[in-house]
Amino acid sequence: MMLQKSALSLIATTAIMASTINMVQARDQIRIVGSSTVYPFSSSVAEEFGATTKHSTPVVESTGSGGGMKLFCKGNGMDTPDITNASRRMKTKEFKLCEKNGVTDITESVIGFDGIAIAQNKQNKALALTKMHLLLAVAEEVPSKDGKSLVKNSYKRWNEIDASLPDREITIYGPPTSSGTRDAFEDMIMKGQTKKMDVYTSLYKKDKVKNKGYKKYHKVRQDGVYIPSGENDNLIVQKLSKNPAAIGIFGYSFLIENDDKISAATVNGFKPTPETISSGKYPISRSLFFYTKNSHRKEVPAMDKYVALFMKEDMIGPDGILSEIGLIALPDERRSAIRASVEKHTKLTLDDLSKK
Amino acid sequence: MTYFKSESSSVSKLSSSQKKIKTDNPFYDPSLQKRHAQARRFKFLTVASIIFAISFLVFFLGDMIVKGLPAFQQSYMLIDVTYNEKTVDSTRKAIDKKYRRIVSRSWLRDIPAMVEQDPSLMNTTQATWVLVNHQVDQYMKGHYYKIKNKYLNIVKEKQAVGELELRFNTIFFTHGDSKIPENSGIKSAIIGSILTLIVTMIIAFPLGVMTAVYLEEFAHDSYWTQLIEININNLAAIPSILFGLLGLAVFINLFGMPRSSPLVGGLTLALMTLPIIIVSARAALRSVPDSIRQAGYGLGLTKIQVVQDHVMPLAFPGIMTGSIIGLSQAMGETAPLIIIGMIAFIPDSPSSIFQAATVMPAQIFTWAGMPERAYIERTAAGIMVLLSILISLNALAIYLRKKFEVNW
Repeated sequence: MMLQKSALSLIATTAIMASTINMVQARDQIRIVGSSTVYPFSSSVAEEFGATTKHSTPVVESTGSGGGMKLFCKGNGMDTPDITNASRRMKTKEFKLCEKNGVTDITESVIGFDGIAIAQNKQNKALALTKMHLLLAVAEEVPSKDGKSLVKNSYKRWNEIDASLPDREITIYGPPTSSGTRDAFEDMIMKGQTKKMDVYTSLYKKDKVKNKGYKKYHKVRQDGVYIPSGENDNLIVQKLSKNPAAIGIFGYSFLIENDDKISAATVNGFKPTPETISSGKYPISRSLFFYTKNSHRKEVPAMDKYVALFMKEDMIGPDGILSEIGLIALPDERRSAIRASVEKHTKLTLDDLSKK
Repeated sequence: MTYFKSESSSVSKLSSSQKKIKTDNPFYDPSLQKRHAQARRFKFLTVASIIFAISFLVFFLGDMIVKGLPAFQQSYMLIDVTYNEKTVDSTRKAIDKKYRRIVSRSWLRDIPAMVEQDPSLMNTTQATWVLVNHQVDQYMKGHYYKIKNKYLNIVKEKQAVGELELRFNTIFFTHGDSKIPENSGIKSAIIGSILTLIVTMIIAFPLGVMTAVYLEEFAHDSYWTQLIEININNLAAIPSILFGLLGLAVFINLFGMPRSSPLVGGLTLALMTLPIIIVSARAALRSVPDSIRQAGYGLGLTKIQVVQDHVMPLAFPGIMTGSIIGLSQAMGETAPLIIIGMIAFIPDSPSSIFQAATVMPAQIFTWAGMPERAYIERTAAGIMVLLSILISLNALAIYLRKKFEVNW
C-alpha cells in the first residue's frame, strides 16, 4: 500500500534528522528550568526579552527548585539548561553534584523576596497571629500545658491556643510537601522555632539517632486540621472564599490579586506588604535566586543580555514590572551589590553557600 | 425498608381482588406485581444515573461557556499616539502620561515594530485604537478590577463618549502565551499540538495497523502471540505518566533528541496511542467475515493480496475510528508531557518539530495556575477551543464509520 510505504520513509527520515540535531552546537534559545515560585517572574523577563530583542524567547520550565538543580548540574553539554531558578539557596550537596559533573563556573543572582501570606476570608474580623500560634496550630506534637513534655496536638479551636484568638475552628489550607512554599513555611515557622525550644531538642539530645527528627522538629499534623491543597494556589483562594472559618497559606502574589475575597492575617504584628517584607519585619519571607552556567556564555550569546535585562531596575526595582506581579524588591544597597557581582560573573564557591 | 413496607401494604390492599383474580385466572402469578415493581425501580436507577451524568456535563459546559465567552472579546481605547524617534526609543512616551496605567504594556512594546512595518507613521500623531490593560478590560466586562480612582474616572469618561469598547479578540488566536494577560493567546499551543499529533500519527498509525494485521492475519495462535496480546492489552491500561518517564529515558537521554520538542512529545504520545490503535484495528479486521478471505484464496490470491485488496479496505472505517479516538486521547494528554518539558513558558510558535513547543492542555494547565484574574476567562476559553476540536475529531470518526461501514 502507498500509505504504508510513505509512512515508512517518513519514519526513516525522522530518525536520520533526529540523529543529526545532536551535533548542533551554538544555540540561540536560552533554556531555563527551576522553581515554580520564580517561574512567573522569570517568564515575564523572558517574554520581554523575546519581544524587545532579535533573539527568540527563552524557554522557561517550571520543574521545582530541586528538579531544576538536578537538570542544571547534569553537566556542561548544550542539552543541559543554561539557567536554573530557585526559591531557596543552592544546597552544598547540589553544589558538590555540580562540581562532580564539571559545572564549576556558576554565578548566583538574588532577584528579590517572596512573602508567604497567611490569609482568611474577608468577612472575618482581623486576625493577629504570632509565629508561635502557627507552630502550635500545625505541628504534629506540641508542648503539653506545663511545657515539660510533648503531647499529640489536640488543639481544635484557635482560642484553645491563646485566649486572645477568636473562638473558631482551626482549618488550614496549605501547600503539599512537594512545594517550595511548604519548605519555606516549615523552615521559618517550624524549624526556626523548634530548634530553640528545649522541649523538642532535649529529646534529640537524649538519643541522637532515634530522635533525629526532634533536632529541628517540622512534622505537620495529619488529623485533617492541616489540609494540603495541591500546588495550585488559586485552589486555596477558592476554598477560603467558600469556607470563612479556614485560613490559607500561599504566595504573596495570590494575595494581592484576590484582595476582594481574602485578607491577610498579621504575623508578629505585621501585615505582608512590600515594605514590611523587604525590611524583614514580616517574618515569613524568602529570597528568590537564579543561577547561571557561565560555561554556556560563549555558545548561548543571548544569556548575558537576558541576565542584564533581569537585573535592570525596570524589572527588579521597587517600581519594576515584576513588582506588579508580586516580587518584592531587595533593599537598594543589596540590589546594587548583587547587580555588580552578577555583571562580573562572580564565581560561586562552596564557602559562599556554607556561610549563612 | 421502604421496599418491604410498600410490599406488605399493597398486598393487604389488593388481597380481596386478588383472591378473585386468583380463582378466575389460571395464569395468575402472585409474584408478578413484585417483579414489575423491581423492573420499574431498575429503570428508574438507569435513568437517574444518565440524568446525573448529563447534569454534570451540562454544569461543566455551562460553567466553562459562561466563564470563557468574555475571553473572546477584548477592550480597546481610542487615544492619540505620537510616533517619532523619541517614542520609538522609549515607548511609554508615545501616549499621554495619564493613559500610562491604562494602556497595555504589550501594545506599547510593539510600537517600534509597527513603525518599522509602516514607516509613514514616523513623526505623526494619530488617533489610534490601542489595547488596554487587563484591569480596564476586566472593568469593561463587569468583573472584579483594581484601578485607582484617578484612572477609573478617565476610563469612565472614555467609555461615556464611546472611545472605549469591546471588540472581537483576535489576539487570542494570533498570539502565543504571555505573562501580560491581554497579550496572551493560544496560537503557539495549537501549532504545537498539531505538530505533536502529526508525529504521533506518523509513528503510531502504520506501526499499530501493521501489528494488528500481523497478529490477526498472519500469526498462528501460539504461546508467543498470546504473550504479545496480553502485553498490548496491559499497555493500554498503563498510567500515561510512565510513558513520559520512558520518553525521557529513551528519546531525550539515550537518543539526545531536543527537550520540549514536538518530536519527543509526539513519539511519547505515539507509544501511548499504539495499544489503542492495535486493539481497535484488530477488532476491525476480525469483523471482516472469513468468507471474503476464503473467496480470495479460492481464486488463487496470495495472502498479501487478500489482506491488501480485500480485508483492509473493508476494515478501514473501523481502523480509522479507533485511530481518531486514540488521536483525540493523545491530544488531551498532559501528564507524560510534564516529564519531557513541554509544560513550560513557550510563547513563540514552533516552526519545526525540533523546536520547543507547548500543547493546548498544557497551556490550559499553565493559565489555571496564574494569579491574575484575567486568566480565568482565558483558561475557560482554552478549554472551549480544545473541546470543540475534540468534538469535531470525534464527529469525524462517527461520520467516517457511518459513511464507509458495511453491514454483513
